[in-house]
Amino acid sequence: MLLIYCPYCEEERSELEFRNAGDAHIVRPANIAEISDEEFEEFFFLRQNPKGLFFERWRHIHGCGRFFNAARDTVSDRFYTTYKAGEPKPDVAAILNGEQDKGAAR
Amino acid sequence: MADLATATRNAALTTRGGFAEVVLTPAPAASRLSLRAGADALPGLSAALGVTLPTRPKTSALSGKRHALWLGPDEWLLIDEGEGDLMAAAASSGTLHSAVDVSHRNVAVIVSGPGAEVAINSGCPQDLSLAIFPIGACSRTILGKVEIVLLRIAEDTFRVECWRSFSPYVFGMLSEGAADAGH
Ligand SMILES: [Zn+2]
Repeated sequence: MLLIYCPYCEEERSELEFRNAGDAHIVRPANIAEISDEEFEEFFFLRQNPKGLFFERWRHIHGCGRFFNAARDTVSDRFYTTYKAGEPKPDVAAILNGEQDKGAAR
Repeated sequence: MADLATATRNAALTTRGGFAEVVLTPAPAASRLSLRAGADALPGLSAALGVTLPTRPKTSALSGKRHALWLGPDEWLLIDEGEGDLMAAAASSGTLHSAVDVSHRNVAVIVSGPGAEVAINSGCPQDLSLAIFPIGACSRTILGKVEIVLLRIAEDTFRVECWRSFSPYVFGMLSEGAADAGH
């Protein structure tokens, strides 16, 4: 069973208590009524679905109820880190370098 | 060659007569409040409710017959097993908050005995060992297919709160877990 660290509950909990909520760090345009259909399509529908490191929202729906963000590897399902909603997106290089250091230490 | 495992067959009604390791008891009626509030409202609400609203995850407070359970950073479940009027107390606090009387939405099952942890863990993924989930610890979590709120009231006793329409499922699930707890 996958364990996910909730930054609000401050401990690892079973994946059964969580729901995935799609891409993180997507900002709704402030002038949403004025943007073109193409721009709205870009904002609302189009996603990258990358292979590897991915930033996404999760909700601890059967726990504290909070939304938070996670950096996860879409191939291995491994969670690199989780952080509270509203906190800045972690640096990709720092996450991947951290992984290399861990790999070297092993 | 692999050894063959042999399943033992239980009679259909073995789980209907009670268990040596676990006792399941429907909890008496209680008043309950679903409370949402920001940090600045907590001193006023705590004073009005007569119980200090906890701010650490997975903790609860008890004052007389009144429990305050941390559910999330701005969310609590108040349970009053006495005659207190939670809605009136919250309303008198003079603070900005949201309070919903959920007394009749929830029912609770008291799970007690040396097999209580095992019975709950039959459908709940949380670590219920005493060091990780001590007396007074509480959490919203899941039991099988439904959401519950779990509160440890003694070393071998838990209060399992669930929505009332889910209670036959919860009681049945706990019964199955209790039947397994002795094995
Ligand atoms: Zn949480």
